[in-house]
Order: sequence, then C-alpha cells, then structure tokens
Amino acid sequence: MTGVKVEITVNGRTTTDEVEPRLLLAHYLRENLGLKATNIGCDTTSCGACTVLLDGESVKSCTVLAVQADQLAVTTMEGLAGESGDSLDHPVTAAFRAEHGLQCGFCTPGMVMAVTGLIAENPDLDERAVREGLEGNLCRCTGYHNIVRAALVAAGKDPDAEQEIEALSDDARTAPGFSVGSGA
Amino acid sequence: MIPVGFEYARPDSVDGALALLAEHGDEATIMAGGHSLLPVMKLRLAAPELIVDIGRLRELNYIRVDGDEVAIGAATRHHDVEVSDVLATEVPLLPAVARTVGDPQVRHRGTIGGSLAHGDPASDLPAAVLALDATIVLRSPRGERKVPATEFWTAVFTTAKEPDELIVEIRVPRTGNAGWAYEKFTRRANDWAIVAVAVVDGRVGLVNMGSTPLRASATEAALAEGRSIADAAALAAEGTEPPTDTAGTPDYRRNLARVLTRRALETAAGR
Amino acid sequence: MGRLTVAGPTAGLGSKSMSIMGTRVVRVEDPVFLTRGATYTDDLTDERLSGALHLTLVRSPIAHATITSIDVEAAREAPGVVAVLTGADIDLEAPLLFAGAPKQMVRPWLATERVRFVGEPVAAVLTEERYQGPDAAELVDVDYEPLPAVVDVREALKDENLLFPDAGTNTCSVYNAEPPDPDFFADCEVVVTREIVNQRVAAASLETRAASAVWGDDGRCTLFVSNQNAQGARDEVAGWLGVDPKSIHVILPDVGGGFGAKIGADPEFALVAWTARHTGRPVRWSESRSENMTGMVQGRDQRQTITIGGSRDGRVKAYRLDVIADAGAYPRLGVFLPVFTRMMAPGTYDIEKVDSRATVVVTNTTSTAAYRGAGRPEATSAIERAMDLFAAEIGMDPAEVRKINVVAPEKFPFTTKGGVEYDSGEYAKAIDLALEASDYATLREVQKARRERGDAKQIGIGVSSYVEITGGGAFVENASVEVHPDGTALIWTGTSPHGQGHATAWAMLASEQLGIPVEKITVRHGDTDHVPEGGGTMGSRSLQTGGVAVHQASLELIDLAKQRAAEILEASVEDLEVDTANAAIAVRGAPGSPTVTFAQLAERDELKVKTVWDGKKATFPFGSHVAVVEVDTETGKVTVERIWAVDDAGPVLNPLLCEGQRHGGIAQGIAQAMLEEVVFDPDGQPLTATFADYGFPSAAELPSFDLVTMETPTPINPLGFKGIGEAGTIGSAPAVQSAVVDALSHLGIRHIDMPTTPLRVWEAIQDAVKEDG
Repeated sequence: MTGVKVEITVNGRTTTDEVEPRLLLAHYLRENLGLKATNIGCDTTSCGACTVLLDGESVKSCTVLAVQADQLAVTTMEGLAGESGDSLDHPVTAAFRAEHGLQCGFCTPGMVMAVTGLIAENPDLDERAVREGLEGNLCRCTGYHNIVRAALVAAGKDPDAEQEIEALSDDARTAPGFSVGSGA
Repeated sequence: MIPVGFEYARPDSVDGALALLAEHGDEATIMAGGHSLLPVMKLRLAAPELIVDIGRLRELNYIRVDGDEVAIGAATRHHDVEVSDVLATEVPLLPAVARTVGDPQVRHRGTIGGSLAHGDPASDLPAAVLALDATIVLRSPRGERKVPATEFWTAVFTTAKEPDELIVEIRVPRTGNAGWAYEKFTRRANDWAIVAVAVVDGRVGLVNMGSTPLRASATEAALAEGRSIADAAALAAEGTEPPTDTAGTPDYRRNLARVLTRRALETAAGR
Repeated sequence: MGRLTVAGPTAGLGSKSMSIMGTRVVRVEDPVFLTRGATYTDDLTDERLSGALHLTLVRSPIAHATITSIDVEAAREAPGVVAVLTGADIDLEAPLLFAGAPKQMVRPWLATERVRFVGEPVAAVLTEERYQGPDAAELVDVDYEPLPAVVDVREALKDENLLFPDAGTNTCSVYNAEPPDPDFFADCEVVVTREIVNQRVAAASLETRAASAVWGDDGRCTLFVSNQNAQGARDEVAGWLGVDPKSIHVILPDVGGGFGAKIGADPEFALVAWTARHTGRPVRWSESRSENMTGMVQGRDQRQTITIGGSRDGRVKAYRLDVIADAGAYPRLGVFLPVFTRMMAPGTYDIEKVDSRATVVVTNTTSTAAYRGAGRPEATSAIERAMDLFAAEIGMDPAEVRKINVVAPEKFPFTTKGGVEYDSGEYAKAIDLALEASDYATLREVQKARRERGDAKQIGIGVSSYVEITGGGAFVENASVEVHPDGTALIWTGTSPHGQGHATAWAMLASEQLGIPVEKITVRHGDTDHVPEGGGTMGSRSLQTGGVAVHQASLELIDLAKQRAAEILEASVEDLEVDTANAAIAVRGAPGSPTVTFAQLAERDELKVKTVWDGKKATFPFGSHVAVVEVDTETGKVTVERIWAVDDAGPVLNPLLCEGQRHGGIAQGIAQAMLEEVVFDPDGQPLTATFADYGFPSAAELPSFDLVTMETPTPINPLGFKGIGEAGTIGSAPAVQSAVVDALSHLGIRHIDMPTTPLRVWEAIQDAVKEDG
C-alpha cells in the first residue's frame, strides 16, 4: 500500500512520518513514537484504554487512523507530565493518585485522558455526570469508585458530598449511617 | 486487530470525493468519522481497497436553519449535534438522541451522515430521523436528489444510496420543544439499543425492531384517531419482525417496544 | 473525608503512636503509572528483544472438528513471513495441563488432527512486523470436518460424543463418588431443592495475555510474561520444553490485571519460547481481545443442585450440594476448583449434616480455571440461595434465618462437618452491622410502600453472609530485606502484585519496624533469577504470607543489626532497641547516648536477611453484604441502587489499598450477578467474544459502594492478617442476586439464575404471572 506522509503534533511536539494508511493512531503513538502509556485493550472501540485527546477532545486512538490525525494535535497521558516527564502536578493525575484511582494501571492512561476531556467539556460535574461521561472506559480493578472520586476531585468537587447526594437521590437508597468508604 | 491494507485519499471537496467514487466504484468506501467503518475493518469483516476520507470537509459540517427545516451537513459529528444551540431549540429530539450514541469518544468522531449511511437497524439516529420525517440529500456526478427518510433504508445495512452517491445533507423539519421523547433501552450505557423509541409530534420511530429502522404506524394511526396513549402504545409492535440475540427474543422486544412507546408518548405529552 | 463505619475489636494496628500501620499511604507505584505509564509485556523496549519476530496464531473458528488438511504455502509467501509452523513442526510432547485429569486429555501445541474449541491454535505465523502477522495468518488454509459439538455439561455426561475418544469418557474428575444417602433429609420438617447455575464468566483483565522470549548464547531463555507467578510459570514452561528450570529466566513486567486467569503458564508461553529457539530470533506475542475472549481461561461454570432441610422455627439441619462443573476442552485448574467449593459448602452456618459431591466434564468450550474467588463464590452463592429458598418456604425474614444458623462466636476455632477449620469469626455481628448500616427495616418499609402502590419499579433487598478461604494451600512465602549504606532498603518478595500495591504495602511493613521511610524502600518481585522461589499472588494470599514474611524478615534484620551494633555500641544485645525515628539501633533507656544507623551498619558489611514464613494454615475472612436493587417490572431492568459491605479480613494495613480491593471485588460480584455471562451457541460458537458483546460493566452501571469496617484478627500469623482480594466478589454476587429475587417475591418468584439480565428477569416475571393466572 502506498505510504502517506503525516505530520502530527503530539504533546506539543511536531512529529512526521510516512505511514501505511491502515496504521492506527494508537500504534503510531506506541510504535513509531515510543509513547507507550496509551494501551490497547480491545478490538471493538469498547474499552477506552487507548483514549487520547485529538485537538482537545477525547477519542479512542485504536479507532482513528494515523492519517486521520494528520495536521492535528494529539495529547497522551505523557503530555500531562510536564517538561520533565515525571510531574504529577496535573490536577487529573494528582487526583488519581490521591484517591487511589488506579490499581493495575492498564486502563489508567485512557481513563485519565477521558477524565481530562470530560472536565474540559463540562467543568460542573456531579457523580452521575462522571459515571455517564466515563461510559466508554472500562476498568476491571477499581470498581470505578475511586476513579469517580478522582474525577470529582479533579473537577474541584468534594467527592464525599457528591457521593452522598447521589446515594440519597432515591428512596431506595436512603439509609442513615451513610458511608462512602473513603475512610476516616 | 488490524485492518487489511488499503489506499487512502482525503479530497478537499465534495466534488473531489464524488470524482473518486465515480472512478473506483465498488472498491471505494466513504469514511467520515470512521466509527462504523473502522470497527468492522479491524475485525476484517470489511476490506475496502480505497478509503475516501470526507471527515474534514467543512462544506459538510454545519447545522443551520433553512426555512421550515434545519439543514445538517452529513459530516457533522454526534457531539456537535448534541451541543448544538440551534437544534436544542428547533429539533430538541436530535441532540437528545445523539447524546445516547456510543460514548463521548465515539461522539467526538462519529457523524450523522455516517450513521445513516451505515444503516444499522440498532443505531439511534436513523429511527430518530425517520420519526422526524426528515429528508436525506444525496449527491453524485449525476446531480442531487432528495430521499424521504421513510424510503431511505431498504434492508439490513442497505440504503437507497447508490455507490456513486454521497449523503451531503440531512434536512429536518423544525419541531420546536414540544411533543418529543427518546426512550432507549440497553443493558449497559454504551451498548446498542435492545430497543429504542423516538417520538415526535405523534410520529413514532423504532430502533432494532426489524431489519431497518421502522415507524410504528399502527400506533401513529391510533393516536391520529384520538385514542389513548396506553391503547396506541399497545400497538407499537404491530407488523414488526424483531431480531433474536443474547440480549432479547422477539417477544421481549415487542414488549419493550410497547412499554417504551407508552413511556415516550407520556413524556412527549408532558412537554 | 467521608464517613466510614468502624466496628469490631480494634486490632491495635492504628493505635501505636507514630505507627504507619493502618494509615492511608498513597501508592509509591503511582508516579510512574500516571506519567510514563506502566511497562507491560507488549511495551517492553528491552534491548534483548530488538529485532524480535512477531508471533500470530491461527486459531480454529470451529468448536469441534477433525482437521483434514492444513495448507501453509500461501502464507509462507506473504510479505515479512519468516516461518509458518504447524503441529507437525513441533518436537515437544503435548502437555496435560491438569495433572489429575485422564492422561489422554492432553492439549496439542498446535492442533493437527482435531480441534476441540473455538480459539484453539492450529498454526503459528512468525513475521518481521506486527502488521504482517494477521495478513499472513489469513492465508493459512485449514480444512475442517465438523463433529457434533458438546456444549452442555449434561450432554457431556452422557458420553455419547467424546472429545477424547481414547479416554473413553468426557468426565475428567469425580469428587465424592459415594451415592447420596436417601435418608439424609429424613428428620427435616421442610426440604427445598433447586437446580441453579453459577454461570461462566471471563476474567477480562484489561491487559490480554502476552509473552516475549529470547535465548542467550549461554543456552538460557529469558521469558517475559504477563502472569501472577513468575516461579510457577518458569517451572511449567521448563517442564513443557523439557529443559532444566534453571535455564529459564522468567521476568514479569507490569501486569495489567489477572484475577486468577494469569495463574500458571499458558501453553502459548512455551510456543513463544520454542519458536524463539527454533528461529534463533527473539519472539514477541500479544493477543487481541477477540483471541483473549476465547483463548484465555474462563471462570466459574457450575451446574449446582442445592437441597436444604430444617425445621419451621428457622433451624437448618441438613444441606446438600451436587455440582457438575465444566472444565472446557482441555482440563486445567478449573478441574480442581470444586474442591474449594466443597470445602466451603456450608458457608457461615453451623449445620449438622452437610453433603457434597462434584463431577467435572470436558466440553467443546474454552478451558476453565480460577477467577476471583475461584470455587468459593460458587459455594457461597449456592448456600446463600439455599438459605433464601428455605426462608421463603418457612415464611421467615432471610436475614433472621441467617442469624439463627451462623456459627456462634464462642465456637472458634470451628471445624465444619467437612473438616475445615475456620480460624476466627463473628458472623452474626457482621450481618447485624450490614443490616444496621443499610437501615434494613426502613428499606423493608420502602419496599412495602412500593408494593402497595403497585409501582412498575419495585425494590428488592438482598442479604448475604459469607466466609471464604484465603492463602489456601500456599502458606509459605519468602522475603529478603536489605539495607544499603545510603539508607535505602530493597525488598525482594515471592508474591507478584498486579495492581494490589505490594510495593507500598510491603514497604510499610518494613518501615514500621526499621523506621526507614516508605519512599526509601524499593520492593521488587517477579524475577526468577533474583527470587527463585515464590508463590505469586493468587487466592488472596499475599498479605498473610508475603507480607508477614517481610515483617518477619524485618525483625530478623533487626536481630542481625543488634548483634553487630552490640560490638560498636559496647552494649549487650538485650539492652538494644530500634530507634525508628532515626532508622538506627540505640541503647534502651539511654537517650542521647550513641546510636548506629542501619545505613552505617550496611557500610561495614552487607546488611541483608532472607527469610521464609510458613503460616501452616489458611485463614477465613468473612462478612455480610446488603444490596438494594430496583427492578423495572415492565422491562426486567435491574439497577443496583446501593450496596453495603462488611468485609472482615482482620487488621487493615493500608485502608486505601484494602478499600480498593473491596471496591473492585464488589464490582465484579455485581457484574456476575446482573450482567456477565460467557455464552456459546449449541455449535460451540462463542457469542460473547468481544467487549461489545460481553457484559463487562462501566462506571455508568454501578453505584458507589458503602463500606463498613470490621476487624477480627486471625491467630494464624502475628499481625492477624487475612486476605481481602476476593472477599468483595464473594459477598456481593449473592446479595445482588438475592435482592433481584426479593424484588419479585410478591409475584411468587423464588429464584432467577445469574446473570439477572433484563431478558431473564422479564421472562421470569411473565412465567410467574402466567402461573398465577
């Protein structure tokens, strides 16, 4: 197949290459650029592990061709880590650490980018909006509890208060002695 | 998984895209966001030789009021439909439906034209467009033609669009914020609908109740005769041949169609 | 911070002044995971792997067939192809993947004569580039002559269609061949029996399986794999290749989840190593999700018949559990798991007579093995369904029936009728805590009001009581602790974390004793050259074995340090103590006198100990969950509204990590109860081979979880630790299933099998309404 030239700005740096048209953006990032935070967890655009920002919006990079990202800007989780590459100053990654929003770490880069994109689009998140906003990102380890908290914290919300509001939003959920398991 | 290799072209105009289609015929496939096409290519269920990427054509990306209708460019993304101020006022059903498609990432890539052209009977937008009595505008080197939504889907994954034609626009009657509702039933939030029902102005569109999106015509007729919502909704599955899969049997889907239609009509009546 | 209900005897971990134990230390793993990302097997840029070939497996699309021909010529001509191999090329003996199975039930490396499940490897394609693999694999032309597929376990039992004709049977194991005693329930006023299904589920770790291998000039193989136990994988692969285990060096990069499915080596690992030796090139393999959903072992899959008998006053007298378990096509660990199910059959209850038996058969489906809980959730779900059925039959509140029958606290250690010794527990108290946290009485009122109104959306309340076994059968673990002259410390452990946070937790245990800050302690694992022995991470064993080993090693290191310090400080060893504020040895009761730090001691001579901890026994964590679900009776849709979980695994080392384990476990239990099921059609075709089809829940399907703390230590180890990894799953699934049934009990519904999908619930309602009419 005829190679196609692409120029993609990744984490602020311009990258160029000649690629097969079928090359998935996820593989371009991982193999051509060596940016391996972005993971691939399924074949069906279901799991969201490969989520990156394309021109600021979350997309699943396993279902975007590298040629479709030509002349556009991509941000991966590495792009949140500052010039040094090891900064945890970004509010989303900081919140994931503080709230224990990751375990095995495989869904994490995609989850972090999905949350980053979600907050950019809707800074006024509540628990339901976070849960629905992350419907395209699967995690097998955390049960999402702490991921949801991390997203709320990153959005500047009090996660305990938000979880309590959601938990008490229906009479089937009402009970005294409410606890959300975030600890004392 | 990895698609079979293909050639790629990104024309800078609709005319350019049409010329490529004319030249390559069946071997070429249009891609806008690629969110219907790439998944099947990755599973190697489709292997086009040439992909014509129209995802960035600005001339296909717009939402504007045009007389009694809202005109939507075919390459307008679900996300743009979802957040459109124009649609929020003029055709609020569409943003409500668009926001149930896939997940945020999918909505950032998938387009309305792509969804309609793909013709999946389990997709949300075709049934909504059908209930809206919209018109689909097709263009080819032979010129432009308008196909009513009621005539667009002809069989499963099959439409009235000829291989050399491109959907360029969807024209939707302005409904205003009254009489609409969308009830989508899934196991998981980002699943395809087991069944969904779009209601607008007494018209009812059904998702996944047959090989194409359908109108619940018996229900519509009953409503037109002034019968109650409950009575009309009870007819929602009349004449349908819903599919069987792990999520539902035909009987179950007929039940869902009736329940969801009643709920949608009740919601619509309250607007 | 949110409120967390704390109850139970305080174990004292958190009460020690300045102690790090019981505190919410954020993970030391996270900075890398949240910046560059973890390094999984497919991410490796290890120089040894440069120039690696990519292995792509051609897998059978048919469940049961004889192979009439395999033509690889076209594939060999495809771009980038270095080799295309079939079973005929491989000079290794086909392995029996479970030692106890009939010896004919071996799995070919690559099938040549017969395929027995969709996804079975038939040919191996090695290409220069990743993208060339699938292109070439498509060109391998295999002719299959289909055979009737055996998918249902009852069909398998008939032995009419045999997967392994030479074996003469589809049965691969029988546990308790004694026929049931016909008078077993003779003295019971009430007897209820029911066949239920604990359905097959997929572990669905987000990282699929992967391996890379390279052979060195020294004749040794370096094998990188995604696995839960480096040492076990090394031994199995060495055995399969017929080489000395010392010649295999297994390294575990970061592992993206396992949940039991990455215990033990996969045959694919040996294929990677073998093809690397065969081609003389490094080889990499990582599977797609579609391959994973048929190729990786799956969990559960038991057909159970439960029979429970007792008196109308609520006392259960006899319980019987009969199991038919599905091993899949090639027997693996799944054949063993009914042993755990039988061990835990009576659950938390003190039942006079308990009887169980199990038969395991092969079918034309993916092999089964461990999945979070591995045999114990099956036992718990069975006894909990039985308790509910019994309660319904005698018209008693299900929580009340449970409290009447649980083992009384004064009976511990308690030996069950099956001869299993439960170490410690307060089962009724756990139930009370869960009932209290959920305000059970109020929930019943809400339920009553909705029923009286005849709402379309009804609620149900489910209560579970559970006990499980952790560290079962793998009581021994080793650890080494070494302090360096710069004041840092290095721990090697035989456990194998893949998300659990051992790097943080083990550092806390050492820090507590030595006073070296957590951030100065590195924890390493999963390298068989550095840790030749090790049991890995499975069965919730790690803290109570590997963690306790680190604790013991730290104490032994202190002993060693004291001996050396005695000379320097000119004091007797008995007069020395650890000055944790300075990571030093000091003279007791002599403030201001000279001290010597561990770092200084390390400067003089290597300061390192390696120790082995042997707990000798398993521990038995327990708890109780209350779930509230809403059921839309018009559509069958179930929504989990809230779940309250009491999970008592003894003292909590790090609440952040412990809660994380519980959250994940609870979610997987809910997922099994309401969404997930691996489905094969009658021809053995998998209908759930992608994440689009398999019911893996997202955040949108789940609520936040309410955790109630209760800590009852075990006497088995000095820190009182039990395991927490699987508890959530074991407790939540029966609570949610019970809640769904409870929501519909007014219609006469007594049971609905998992998963309680909308279709299944709606059909149950239709049947009930029909019967009623």
